[in-house]
Amino acid sequence: MATTITMPQLGETVTEGTVERWIKKAGDPVEKYEAFLEVSTDKVNSEVPSPVTGTIRELLVQEGTTVATGTPIAVIDEVGAAKASETASAPPKTRDAMAESANAEPVPGFNIPQLEVKSTAASSGAPAKVPPHSNGQREEAALRGVSPAVRRLAREHHVDVRSVRGSGANGRVTADDVLAAAKLAPTTATAAPAAPAETSRPPAKPGPGNTSTYADPIPGTTIQLSSMRRIIAERMVESRKTAPHAWSMIEVDVTNVWEWRKREKDRFERDTGVKLTLLPFFIRAVVESLAVFPLMNSKFIADGPAIHVEKDVNIGIAIGLPANLVVPVIKHADKLSIKGIALAAGDLIDRARRNKLSADDLKDGTFTVNNTGANGSLASAPIINAGQAGIVTMETVVKRPMVMEDDAIAIRYMMNSCLSLDHRVVDGYVASGFLADLKKRLESMGPRGAL
Amino acid sequence: MAVATSSSQVLNNVEAVRATLYEALKNDDKVVILGEDVGNRGNVFLITKDFVKEFGTERIIDTPIAEASIVGIAVGMAMEGLRPIAEIQFADFIYPAFNQIVGEAAKTRYRSNGEYTCPMVIRTPYGGGVRGALSHSVSVEALFYHVPGLKIVVPSFPADVKGLLNAAIDDPDPVLFLEHKKTYRLIKGEVPDGHYVIPIGKADVKKEGSQLTVVSYGLYVHWALEAANQLEGDGISVEVIDLRSVRPMDKTAILESVRKTRKLLIIHEDNKFGGIGAEISAMVAEEALFDLDAPIRRLAAPDVPAMGYAMPLEEAYMSSPAKMADAMRDMVKF
Repeated sequence: MATTITMPQLGETVTEGTVERWIKKAGDPVEKYEAFLEVSTDKVNSEVPSPVTGTIRELLVQEGTTVATGTPIAVIDEVGAAKASETASAPPKTRDAMAESANAEPVPGFNIPQLEVKSTAASSGAPAKVPPHSNGQREEAALRGVSPAVRRLAREHHVDVRSVRGSGANGRVTADDVLAAAKLAPTTATAAPAAPAETSRPPAKPGPGNTSTYADPIPGTTIQLSSMRRIIAERMVESRKTAPHAWSMIEVDVTNVWEWRKREKDRFERDTGVKLTLLPFFIRAVVESLAVFPLMNSKFIADGPAIHVEKDVNIGIAIGLPANLVVPVIKHADKLSIKGIALAAGDLIDRARRNKLSADDLKDGTFTVNNTGANGSLASAPIINAGQAGIVTMETVVKRPMVMEDDAIAIRYMMNSCLSLDHRVVDGYVASGFLADLKKRLESMGPRGAL
Repeated sequence: MAVATSSSQVLNNVEAVRATLYEALKNDDKVVILGEDVGNRGNVFLITKDFVKEFGTERIIDTPIAEASIVGIAVGMAMEGLRPIAEIQFADFIYPAFNQIVGEAAKTRYRSNGEYTCPMVIRTPYGGGVRGALSHSVSVEALFYHVPGLKIVVPSFPADVKGLLNAAIDDPDPVLFLEHKKTYRLIKGEVPDGHYVIPIGKADVKKEGSQLTVVSYGLYVHWALEAANQLEGDGISVEVIDLRSVRPMDKTAILESVRKTRKLLIIHEDNKFGGIGAEISAMVAEEALFDLDAPIRRLAAPDVPAMGYAMPLEEAYMSSPAKMADAMRDMVKF
């Protein structure tokens, strides 16, 4: 039976999508829930899973084409349905049916080696291609007991268990082996077939002459913008043109927070698997200051004209990736503890790096935090995320000699924090009050307490 | 080697029980002790020696050989405001009192909708490895483990004996306090002076390690430590958790350790089927499956009706530091 696939609606307000890349081509076998297409919208890039198991018969839309949601984009010959119509003459369970059921639900990070059987599904059009596996590999994989911890770690670190040499009994891959593999070869790991990374992707539209991409720029070539980069460009221009940016900076003594974090970070990472950075402490202080200065958590409405003061406090965190910039949002950040913020941010950052953010993750931000200090920046003038009143940065933390209240000179951990504000919404009076409050809160955090 | 200091002394487990009971009798008139031979005989291990001379027969009560009565009388005392400490001479003889413990003591608070409570301690020596044969060797914890309303404490170090016995006496509900008889005079340790309490339901990491979590209680904690320390010399790092209380179970301590080491070995002297290890295994499988890098393993006694008297039978029933070290090594290697 042929199943027609239509352009999915990736978000409540999204009406069209661009076929960014066909992961599967015509004639390729595809399993239910396996990603076979990458779609980009003005909000997000997303892999689209196949709703059925079968073979791709036809791709109806070229890469780079934008179509309305609901438009047919591909036809898949469904294997299960074809078999069902044959059951009258076919044996109850063929070896290849068993092979299919064994592969029906792939486990991320661990794929059951496929049995090498010839396709007998005559009605399924092109014969299903079975990925090659040598006998040796299969036996080796069968010998290894894949423990739940190995499965989880392989999934989290994008390690293909089959590619790891096991150090356990009978060559079993242990949890430590997976962690070692993840540490050794992060690039091969992220290039695993299940999760194609941005960098390993062929360009959608090659430029004239040599092929060049944003991730791999070649001098003397022109890079065609991906839809993501085009959106970034448009948004930046829009914000810079419409919102008059003003800029201010404070210097914060983060010694106590720094020590608090140092005390907690090992246990935190052990307990949660998430690295404890300064970011959640900073965001916690920001949301507390936003509560005191709600105008900083509002937006300018040009055709009012009016200022809408937001009810929720949703903090966007700017995450730079090799080929683009994403700002996923921690919803209701004011309702979260430092730990809650750390876990939410950790999850968003992890998924951003794996290109797995959903449209919902990027929606409804009301204020943005930008960790510009990660690479040593001391000050920056960020562009406001359009539709918000401000963006605040965390610059790099440096040890500096400071003159204390009692005129003693002490070595303290110091951090600059820079604010860009929409001058239509707030003036220096509110903005400087906000920054002073933020400074006070950060300096009174730690050196111990409950996260 | 334990050394006495200005604020502590070195005691064995018998002396730790005795010292704690003595303090409790001194500090609270409501505390009474009842059991077989606790008075003139001063208990078969001399734990209550001479107590009757100081505190009199109203507070140190010799009872007939009738365990149901010992516990039943204690239940009544507790409901009316005393703090009875009932002794069952050997855990092997606790069965006649089963109904009083399970049917009465454990349910008093619930049955009376909180109007009555049953603040009592049932102390009893248990465990084997002492040529005790069929009726002086049993582990009874699993029989009572299933019962909501009962707390079960099994300390193995003198300092824990004191802190947990104090907690048991203070507890507003019935506590079954199990003392491994082989550790009585074998295990010595520093015991802080003065009154202190170790909360019931808190396990203790007796040795930190990174490759395997061993959970045990009673005598076997000492043997597990001996095995783990021996493996340390071969570069094998084993964490040993002493449960101290088997119910309530310290889930947090177990899970925290298993999440670190990813492997769990439970060792107990009681037989395996339906034992404490079964519940811990199930809990870890429910809560931390995706942290496990090896099947959970239980090292426990065989399912035979009792520990035999003959040396080979006792040895076959009991584990040993060498058997424990083998199991630990296998699991780390897995």
